[in-house]
Amino acid sequence: MRNPLSETIVNIKPSGIRKFFDIASEMKDVISLGVGEPDFDTPWHIRDEGIYSLEKGRTFYTSNSGLIELREEITGYIGRKCGIEYDPKSQVIITVGGSEAIDIAMRAMCDPGDEVLIPQPSYVSYEPCAILAGAVPVIIELKNEDEFRLTKQELLDSVTDKTKILVMPFPNNPTGAVMTREDLEDIAKVCIEKDIFVLSDEIYSELTYCGDHCSIASLPGMQERTILINGFSKGFAMTGWRLGYACGPEQIISQMTKIHQFCIMCAPTTSQYAAVEALRNGDKDVKMMRESYDQRRRFLMHSFKEMGLSCFEPYGAFYVFPDIREFGMTSEEFAFALLDAERLAVVPGSAFGDSGEGFIRISYAYSLEKLKVAMERLGHYIEGLRNRK
Amino acid sequence: MREKILNYIEKNSRVELAELAVLLGTTEAEITKELTDMESEGIICGYHTLIDWDKVTTDRVNALIEVRVTPQRGHGFDDIAERIYKYPEVNATYLISGGYDLLVSLEGKTLKEVSSFVTQKLSTLENVISTTTHFVLKKYKDHGTILNGDKTDERMIMMP
Repeated sequence: MRNPLSETIVNIKPSGIRKFFDIASEMKDVISLGVGEPDFDTPWHIRDEGIYSLEKGRTFYTSNSGLIELREEITGYIGRKCGIEYDPKSQVIITVGGSEAIDIAMRAMCDPGDEVLIPQPSYVSYEPCAILAGAVPVIIELKNEDEFRLTKQELLDSVTDKTKILVMPFPNNPTGAVMTREDLEDIAKVCIEKDIFVLSDEIYSELTYCGDHCSIASLPGMQERTILINGFSKGFAMTGWRLGYACGPEQIISQMTKIHQFCIMCAPTTSQYAAVEALRNGDKDVKMMRESYDQRRRFLMHSFKEMGLSCFEPYGAFYVFPDIREFGMTSEEFAFALLDAERLAVVPGSAFGDSGEGFIRISYAYSLEKLKVAMERLGHYIEGLRNRK
Repeated sequence: MREKILNYIEKNSRVELAELAVLLGTTEAEITKELTDMESEGIICGYHTLIDWDKVTTDRVNALIEVRVTPQRGHGFDDIAERIYKYPEVNATYLISGGYDLLVSLEGKTLKEVSSFVTQKLSTLENVISTTTHFVLKKYKDHGTILNGDKTDERMIMMP
């Protein structure tokens, strides 16, 4: 029999972290700080709206781009949050999570050989999506001393005449880094000068703790070359509803809609009705959750300081990314040993790219009570390592 | 800052001040000062404990009593409300819009205590026209806390 598989797919590395968490899930009394989704349930009024839409029998497909009411709510929301105007009829598409938007944006924009710049450490799906789109992923390694922000020089060093897209993953998973308007202005200049498009993944935009989020699409000359991706998973605690969206120039959105039409048809109808409610009446819930995350973030930074663990102060998402290089172990060795000794599971930074080596990701999408026990365990472990030296 | 402190201690008044200072990004001195000020201004009226009495004893009941009264010239409902809320067995008293005037809550009493309060004390007050006593059969949620609402974490590690 012939090989049934595509070489491209087989050559894509599976996520290496599986094994680690399979082991962790079989151990008793493990505290895991590995999850990348909110610990809050979706606010009840949003769930209620989803239930109501089912009661009403709204169980049919929506239009390919999604409910027009929802697209209007989205453009209104982006106008009010970021000061950018989009046409709900032609410049928005509702997708199955932000993840689908990343995939179809790359497929709509890349030809074989085009280069996609991916700053790392970052979410693990940009690289495979670029490969599946036939493009060549080019990694930019972000540095701890820059607080894991992308610098103008790093960008310039990576641009070639084949560069088509720059992925901007901020606020960042796994580092928690955010980029301010000033930081983004430097990047925008290069993008315009070198004629590069930007795929801005702003899924954590609601979760910033030092000033409001700034979208690169709001800078002069950038809206026409940016695909802005966002969704309901993180800010509104709606991961399981699988709902995201992309906004951008009609020329690109219409081609993305074509791919979406052929492989997805439309995003889940129930979720779309619930999302309308989220945008209309969800601000106070987001505020409550943001405040709670911020308290936990402060608690973790305080704990690290007390145990003398080096970590830059992150102002976004719900992750902290402490530096463990002083212990002379790889991220994976550290994570395995920590799990073994203290039954505490964290994600090795290397899972997010080579530049994450020497760091661990700790998620604070957990209750304060749980984080307290976890920090006791981490502190105990670190003390043991230091005493051994 | 005041609102942040209140939002936090409304749910957990036993938090240590040093910890609260870390969580809210301020100093312990600032927290202490705000708490003292809010206590003296009557904003913070007490630090109570939320108890699910059903788990302690079975012979205690909670009752909500609707009371219709005749308001008094010059005093409205205040005087009669005072006569009612001064009874130590009364847990809360509210002036209510709608079909009746005062809502009186009794908590953690025996059936006998409730009935003797209503028949011998409340109903006999001069301005009380009528009372309707509702016994609470089950408490689902109190002070924003769902009783018996333990939930397990069902999230899975999908991808790093």
